[in-house]
Amino acid sequence: MKVIIDATPFDPWRVLDEYQKKMPQLDGQYGATAVFVGTMRDFNEGDGVSEMFLEHYPGMTERHLENICKQATGEYQLMESLVVHRVGAIKPNDPIVLVAVWTAHRKQAFEACREIMEDLKSKAPFWKKEQLDDGQDRWVEKNTKGY
Amino acid sequence: MIHVKFFASMRDLMGDDRDIDDEIIKEKAINTVDDVWKYCADGKERSANVLIAVNMDYVDGQTQLKAGDEVAFFPPVTGG
Repeated sequence: MKVIIDATPFDPWRVLDEYQKKMPQLDGQYGATAVFVGTMRDFNEGDGVSEMFLEHYPGMTERHLENICKQATGEYQLMESLVVHRVGAIKPNDPIVLVAVWTAHRKQAFEACREIMEDLKSKAPFWKKEQLDDGQDRWVEKNTKGY
Repeated sequence: MIHVKFFASMRDLMGDDRDIDDEIIKEKAINTVDDVWKYCADGKERSANVLIAVNMDYVDGQTQLKAGDEVAFFPPVTGG
């Protein structure tokens, strides 16, 4: 299980590949990997968005993400989990978040990946400030429904 | 001493982080999170959707505080 708060742009597929290669306990054992990647859009609430700043509460963020992963590990028998989340200045198309889980079977993988993502969105202390195309900026005060 | 932090739009509203020293805690009878808000807010109402953490765990306004605690006020989270 690993949680990374990253202040620089990351390539989720490379991070995923490198992490999995370092996990010998997965070798020959896992039957499913579920991955979610969240990416910045260039619009929100009907406005063009040119950039975003992601703030977090250092310490509390890591603690809550670790707790979320621990809970999912128990509930879905995860063999491994990885969460990477950006902070700082972000541009459209930049990956914001990566959630990956490894399990024996697909049901647990799909459900755990989704549950970690939904818990992250409701509990982990991150906040987005959008820079709009017209030069204004604003805090995002609520998450989009998303599904 | 109690350490008080504000994040995101709460920082815009309330200003920078601050420490409340022991003398003021005693003088103003600051015992709970609600007392901390009242001391820092200068009459500002706390919106119902403001989240509170003490020592990085979510709590409510009635939570009793002790010396050294870190109290944080912030808006609904919007990560992911």
